[in-house]
Amino acid sequence: MAKKLKTSELVITRSIQFSGFSSILFVLMILYFLISEGTPALLDVPFSDLFSQRWYPIESYYGILPLILGSLVVTLGATLVAVPLGVLTAVYIAEIAPLWAREILKPLVELLAGLPSVVLGFLGILVLSPFLRDTFNLPTGLTALTGSILLGMIAIPTIVSISEDALKNVPETYRHGSLALGVTRWQTIWGVTLPAARSGILTAIMLGVGRTIGETMTVMMVTGNAPVMPASFNALFLPIRTMTATIASEMGEVAAGSPHYHVLFFIGMVLFIFTLIVNIIASNISFKQTKRSERILS
Amino acid sequence: METKKHSSILNQQTIEKIGFSALTLVTLLTVAPIIAIVVYIIYLGAPAISWEFVTAMPRDGMRAGGILPAIVGTLYLTLGTAIFSVPLGVAAAIYLSEYAPDNQVTRYIRLAIINLAGIPSVVYGLFGLGLFVIFLNFGTSILSASLTLSIMTLPVIISTTEEALRAVPQSFRVVSVSLGATKWQTIQRLVLPQALPGILTGVVLGLERAAGETAPILFTGAAFFLPRLPNSPMDATMALPYHLFVISTQVPGMPIQIQYGTVLVLMIFVLIMNLIVTIIRSQARARRQW
Repeated sequence: MAKKLKTSELVITRSIQFSGFSSILFVLMILYFLISEGTPALLDVPFSDLFSQRWYPIESYYGILPLILGSLVVTLGATLVAVPLGVLTAVYIAEIAPLWAREILKPLVELLAGLPSVVLGFLGILVLSPFLRDTFNLPTGLTALTGSILLGMIAIPTIVSISEDALKNVPETYRHGSLALGVTRWQTIWGVTLPAARSGILTAIMLGVGRTIGETMTVMMVTGNAPVMPASFNALFLPIRTMTATIASEMGEVAAGSPHYHVLFFIGMVLFIFTLIVNIIASNISFKQTKRSERILS
Repeated sequence: METKKHSSILNQQTIEKIGFSALTLVTLLTVAPIIAIVVYIIYLGAPAISWEFVTAMPRDGMRAGGILPAIVGTLYLTLGTAIFSVPLGVAAAIYLSEYAPDNQVTRYIRLAIINLAGIPSVVYGLFGLGLFVIFLNFGTSILSASLTLSIMTLPVIISTTEEALRAVPQSFRVVSVSLGATKWQTIQRLVLPQALPGILTGVVLGLERAAGETAPILFTGAAFFLPRLPNSPMDATMALPYHLFVISTQVPGMPIQIQYGTVLVLMIFVLIMNLIVTIIRSQARARRQW
């Protein structure tokens, strides 16, 4: 009996260990497939053409610059929307809101995190883009701005929940000490609590930004899908095309192994590197608060 | 800052009042769209929902009839994702919480999990296409799509489960082992049951994300139009999120009613899963013994 128990325990322990290591295996496999399918693009298309300004695959123009810049413009716009709203909402929830308000606000933010991106894209097409078109008198409402606003909404739950955790992690004694000195709660928030939670909030912002770079369906539906170089500030009011949307809309139609196929995988590699950098920065900011920073979930 | 130092207490209190009001307003600005979205979709989607809509096949190039294959497809994909990702994710979390030594390898595992969580969904789609569809020759199928979604869901399940396991007090484990239980017996009979609500929350949150995803299944298992139910894991399938994408962007002359109906059905999925999470949490909070 005792012997049998030992073998089964050994088997279980081994499989648990293997599962533990599986994440490393998956990351390596993803990396392998991106590289093995993506690097041939460098052979199919000359390097200078790959980083040129024209994306028109039908005539073999594979310049991915407009796509990279498209992603950056939309991500920047989304950050401008999501950071103030997200961080301030987190401050409200963590520092000011009465218990009952917290009980309502947190599930609401979680609900937003759970809304599929196609739902936001759908509402973007039917509600937001006509509104923006009429407000700014644009020829089309499917613009970088539309994408930025909706992506901002997608980043908000991440920013709110991780910032809130960071604020909650600030020891209560800090606040008490500050209040005991005679300053108001308002001054305590700006002078003590927020600075103390700085690294956690930065992590929250980075992870929110990471989510926006990788968002696919919403941007594909509402940014107009025009792979043009964003030239000036005006680009916000013009159609645009991101890296993610390009992969999603074109991969279905290409033949496996063609130059176009390899270039799309190459774009996937670029995306992977972008998000890798953002995530490494995010995890380094608060390596000491690992437990919280891992709640990248919703 | 300079002026603040010299201003009187009364002024500071006024500033605080204004500041708090401003923060309240910003918070309302953040959550108002969420409420508006839910109300708007229910209001416009409800008239489209009928028994036929949720139980019939699409007709007339999806412009009439129901969305049954998309509903069933999403259920299959969610189930398929659960089959792969729940055992693997929970086991990985048990490893990290109960077994993993504090060394460089464990740090690499954590870095890998953070990375998996950050990889864009469309890149998962590329990976699924490369590995499952082409290399392993599973074709565009429920199997390929479920496996792709599983790997994407894994980090969510691992991190929430690990947090739930770590929340179980260390003294429980010490007592159990001192009574002669083996490590696995302790985990199986004591730690896992205690952490169950937290684990379930993580699982549901992960599956909720998988159910709503479109980009990873675009090239791995989603069918544009398939007016029958899939009858094996090797079949491609329609799915609610992809169907919504198709009827709102790819099919001209699509009746708006069907679009709103579809979006409502998809949102009901999400709402149910959110409700489950909320219920598990409040029940667990009430029953917690430590």
